Amino acid sequence: MLRGKQTWKFDNRPVLIGAATVVGPDEGDGPLAAEFDLVHPELDMQQKSWEKAERLLLEQASEFALNNARIEKEQLQFYVGGDLMNQIISNSFAARGLGVPNIGVFGACSTSMESLAIASLMVNSGAAQYVLAGTCSHNCTAEKQFRYPTEYGSQKPPTAQYTVTGAGAVVVAAAGDGPVVEYATIGKVVDLGIKDPFNMGAAMAPAAVDTIQAHFNDTGRTPKDYDLIVTGDLASVGHPLAKELLIRDGVPMNETTFKDCGLMVYDVERQKVQAGGSGCGCSAVVTYGHLLKKIAKGELKRVLVVATGALLSPLSFQQGESIPCIAHAVAISGGKE
Amino acid sequence: MAVKSAGGGKYRKMSMSPKEYQAFAKTREPSRSVFGNCIRAFIVGGAICVLGQAIQQLFIHLAHMKPEDASNPTVAVLIILSVILTSLGIYDKIAQFAGAGSAVPVTGFANSMCSAALEHRSEGLVLGVGGNMFKLAGSVVVFGTVAAFFVGIAHLIFGTGGAH
Repeated sequence: MLRGKQTWKFDNRPVLIGAATVVGPDEGDGPLAAEFDLVHPELDMQQKSWEKAERLLLEQASEFALNNARIEKEQLQFYVGGDLMNQIISNSFAARGLGVPNIGVFGACSTSMESLAIASLMVNSGAAQYVLAGTCSHNCTAEKQFRYPTEYGSQKPPTAQYTVTGAGAVVVAAAGDGPVVEYATIGKVVDLGIKDPFNMGAAMAPAAVDTIQAHFNDTGRTPKDYDLIVTGDLASVGHPLAKELLIRDGVPMNETTFKDCGLMVYDVERQKVQAGGSGCGCSAVVTYGHLLKKIAKGELKRVLVVATGALLSPLSFQQGESIPCIAHAVAISGGKE
Repeated sequence: MAVKSAGGGKYRKMSMSPKEYQAFAKTREPSRSVFGNCIRAFIVGGAICVLGQAIQQLFIHLAHMKPEDASNPTVAVLIILSVILTSLGIYDKIAQFAGAGSAVPVTGFANSMCSAALEHRSEGLVLGVGGNMFKLAGSVVVFGTVAAFFVGIAHLIFGTGGAH
């Protein structure tokens, strides 16, 4: 099970038997629009508050994931989820509706792979047959909690990122058809002293680098073993930094395709999203909506998703603290050796 | 951070110190165009002031007000316009273009109050709207008052000119 220092190898091959994604209008206007199960045309989704809208995203993604997995809610043993809101309320309200035993997790935007890693560990160890992993974020709830009121006129610098409105959920099962989870590398909290909450890409890049290096060292794999390595939400500022750091340390990232979900979910040139996407939903909708489909079709054989999270709070950065960051990596393959 | 891993240690771990990394990241940061921003702020901020002046002239000529009496209703009209644009979701888009140009005039102050009131309506009228309306504008009021206090003291001591 444990490989090296911080990596789990899943010998019993947990299978992703069904996944679903629900997004908002900006993601529906992006290059991956056709890959999502549902696109909401309005940010408020006819709800009375942004928080209710965010919760709805997760509820719908969970419901669709169960449908796509062709299992009933009663067959589900556990639900592992989290989000960006204080006290992870979106997760808790969605779990209330599901009525399934719940483990709430928080890893900021890395929650997508954190919850998938835990769900896979549970299934692999025999603690469960079916576990749902899900996460969500909403642009307006994140603006409201971490930045300014959504309609406040403040100019965002080019390093800022645009929180994805979307939710992704996936059913991890002990048996079945679908992509297989091979490894999960749990990241360390890394903080190299970046303090600017409008430059989270630069803050998170070292955490991604640390986890990617640890993954290769623990598993003995090299970048060549993956058709694609994606970071969660480093965007146009953090992603090149991560690549440069890795190459500087002798990791041959040129031997694989190295991308970022925050740059895949939007057309960064056309859509006004500054450096690119961010948020729990960013890596979740790209992985569960886009990458799993490509793996299922055989267009990608093996993918490493490195979801990155900035573990700051509005309080911590106002008090002048730097931004602690984390990244969790999950290796997913087509299942056929 | 340069710890050799137990699993083989094929790749060395990141060797940069925080200071080195911050300098490394800084040099790769996209530049923020100060000059372009100043030009845009000047144009938009100036346009808002020209609009204000036009409204004041209308009050002076059409309602036959004295210039000093016309300034209050002028500000009120600008505030209403800003609140309408904020509520329609347009003001924040202007601000992304204009920067300080739309933040400094009275319309920016109105936007900060209106946006906070809209945002926190879901938490109720008293704790939500009432408690949060001055969330951003509050510091403008506080520092404006403090600044006025010190200017008043200076005026008292040096007895420099002034209308009253």
